Amino acid sequence: MLHVTELSKTYPTGDEALKEVSMEVDGDETLAIIGPSGAGKSTLIACINRLVEPTSGTVVLDGTEITALSGSRLRAARREMGMIFQEYGLVDRLTVMENVLSGRLGYVSNWQAFRRNFPADDVRMAYETLDRVGLGGFEDQRADELSGGQRQRVGIARAILQQPKILLVDEPTSSLDPETSRTVMELLTEIASEEGIPVLINIHEIGLAVEYADRIVGLADGRLVFEGSPAELDEGSMDLIYRDGEAAEESESTPDRPEAVGDVPST
Amino acid sequence: MSHRSDSAGGGLYPEEWSRPTAFRNRWVRLGVYLSVLAFFVYSIWEIRVTPDRLLVGIEGARTLLSSMFPPDFGLSFEGGGISVERNAELIRTGVVESLGMSVVATVVGVLVSVPIAFMAAENMVPRPVYYVGRVVVSVSRAFHVLVVAIIAVVAVGFGPLAGTLAMVFSTPGFFAKLLAEDLEDIDRTELDAIRSTGASRTQVILYGVVPQVLPRVIGLTIYRWDINIRAATIIGIVGAGGIGSTLYSSFQRYEYDFSLAIVLVIVAIVMVGEGVSAYARRRVQ
Amino acid sequence: MAGELTEWNRYDSRDHLIRYLAVLGTIVAFLVSWRLLEVNYEFAATAPREVSDLLSRMYPPDAAYSGEIAAPLVETVSIAILGTTLAFVIAIPTAYLGAENTTPNAITYAIGKFIISFTRSVNVIIWALVFVIVFGPGALAGAFAVGFRSIGFLGKLIAEEIEEIDPVPVRAMRATGANAFTVALYGIVPQVKPALIGLATYRWDINVRESTVIGFVGAGGIGLALDGRIDAHDWNAVLTILVAILLIVLVSEVVSAYLRSKAR
Repeated sequence: MLHVTELSKTYPTGDEALKEVSMEVDGDETLAIIGPSGAGKSTLIACINRLVEPTSGTVVLDGTEITALSGSRLRAARREMGMIFQEYGLVDRLTVMENVLSGRLGYVSNWQAFRRNFPADDVRMAYETLDRVGLGGFEDQRADELSGGQRQRVGIARAILQQPKILLVDEPTSSLDPETSRTVMELLTEIASEEGIPVLINIHEIGLAVEYADRIVGLADGRLVFEGSPAELDEGSMDLIYRDGEAAEESESTPDRPEAVGDVPST
Repeated sequence: MSHRSDSAGGGLYPEEWSRPTAFRNRWVRLGVYLSVLAFFVYSIWEIRVTPDRLLVGIEGARTLLSSMFPPDFGLSFEGGGISVERNAELIRTGVVESLGMSVVATVVGVLVSVPIAFMAAENMVPRPVYYVGRVVVSVSRAFHVLVVAIIAVVAVGFGPLAGTLAMVFSTPGFFAKLLAEDLEDIDRTELDAIRSTGASRTQVILYGVVPQVLPRVIGLTIYRWDINIRAATIIGIVGAGGIGSTLYSSFQRYEYDFSLAIVLVIVAIVMVGEGVSAYARRRVQ
Repeated sequence: MAGELTEWNRYDSRDHLIRYLAVLGTIVAFLVSWRLLEVNYEFAATAPREVSDLLSRMYPPDAAYSGEIAAPLVETVSIAILGTTLAFVIAIPTAYLGAENTTPNAITYAIGKFIISFTRSVNVIIWALVFVIVFGPGALAGAFAVGFRSIGFLGKLIAEEIEEIDPVPVRAMRATGANAFTVALYGIVPQVKPALIGLATYRWDINVRESTVIGFVGAGGIGLALDGRIDAHDWNAVLTILVAILLIVLVSEVVSAYLRSKAR
């Protein structure tokens, strides 16, 4: 399904965010990527749909080499990958409906996009998806009128509307309170099984990762240092992922304690 | 919402959605858009914007630019020294007159505006006085300083007195308006404390109000001075004194290289004035 | 304790000295400026009488003349509209150059900043003088004068808007596979649109005021009529024009405030 091979990213500043990371995701599994801040988690996610350009290595989705594409073919490939953002990535001044329908932007003409004149199937799917994420009736509200949890669900609905082959999720819960975080995680795993697509989640809270993920990957300093089931994540592997002092503190944080909202992703 | 009842009715979702509008309804929105568009199209017709007129403009701009360069500042650098000619002297006297006008107009204008500001502040004066204050501010604001200047020239004759009067007239529209807003935001508890000592209205203003707004008055004065410098450089175009008169006559005599020199001097003055004013206001606050 | 007290006193007296010097400086500057102007004291003394004299000659406004100023009044508003539109069209690329996050390099940034500060520093009446030579007298020159004058104002504020764009929604739109046009349409336009509409209508409001004066140098609008009536010593008509200017300025203020309230 998704094959990442020896993916590296060095930023112009000389910061080596990713060092030859290889991994695979398949079926409808939920894969959690854990690691301290600055370990390269966000860079990894963004390199997969090439919002960030990897320095070397390949990404192959369903037989298509994403890293070899450019222009309209890259955009077509991006339609297959739904992305969900830490800061939601909603357009505040647009309505919920416009935000959700924007998941179809890769499929409509410029003129249709301008007129907000999306095909009937897309509109129906948008209504249905809003209902599914528990936001039925919110379509005419402006995105900035919603609460954090609601905003994240709009972000999820937008990603679903792409009818993607995979979901890329970047720190979905770090701006949310513990309870809302669980709702969002439940929704994501539910989508994975219902749609039969894999979900790749960057996540800070180990507790949530252990509870909801089928498999966990640990990144430390841009390197993949752990891979296994939640049960296999023992103290030894935790030490491996969170080596330094600052990170040790993070490993203690449980899902009952929300992470700092101001936490900056590694990109 | 109708969509909800649809969905509850049997899993059927609507297939159409239109964006809610900020206007009362779509027809009002259409009306507003159409009237803006209609006026725009009318404007093009009214002003007779045509391709050939624009082409004529390109030619005109080319000729004008070529006669503007190089700018003539009235300085010649022959023989190693700088010699000052008539044009430089004209620029110097014009600039000095403009700066003088700006200072006098600012001082007088602020002295006039402070009482008007009190009149235009809702919490300072009785209702009827307040309305008078607001009207004065609105009228002062509505007229461009050049409109006032052209009238002032008729009343008191050509020269800097007319320009100074015009700037004084325009000051309350800016100064009193902003100061009145500050007066309205003033901290009531402090005033009540002073009033409770048995102070008169004047004493309350002197001891309660003045200390609270003084920094703002100074800041606005500097800001107004900056605005007046700008006005003083152009007000001569209608005969009300300053470098603007020199600029206008240079255009009348087709001495466009001299015109450009004056414009550059004006731009320099405006920019320096803006910089100094911004710096001084930061220091005060 | 005592030391602190003297410290405070010293600061206080220095503060007083600065204030004293500032007041003194202002008075000196005022007096020097007054002397520089070489105001004829007789003129200055009679000024109030002259002004009231003129006002009494103006009153009552010439009602019959009001029919004749409808056309120049509309022209004034037209000049403001076309001028603002022209300024807007030029200001967007200028803002693009003058915004730190979009400008290609240091040189283009400097060019953007230069256009912004130069056009702002040259008053509308000077632009009018220039464009009357370029296009000949008339409203077209006026529209260009008003337009050029407004580039800097709009460019500066639009550049600030561009610098404040939230990049995350833009990334999100790219992630859906949208093309550059639709990314801008959904990710950028909604973020800047209310500000752009607000700025354009606000500037249009200012420009109505500016358009009332460019007629003094032949660039069209109500100023031309005002100049003409003054030359003809037709004081009652002058007052009619002044009242008309007052009305048009107040009306455009209301219209501009309404449109701005609808753009959010």
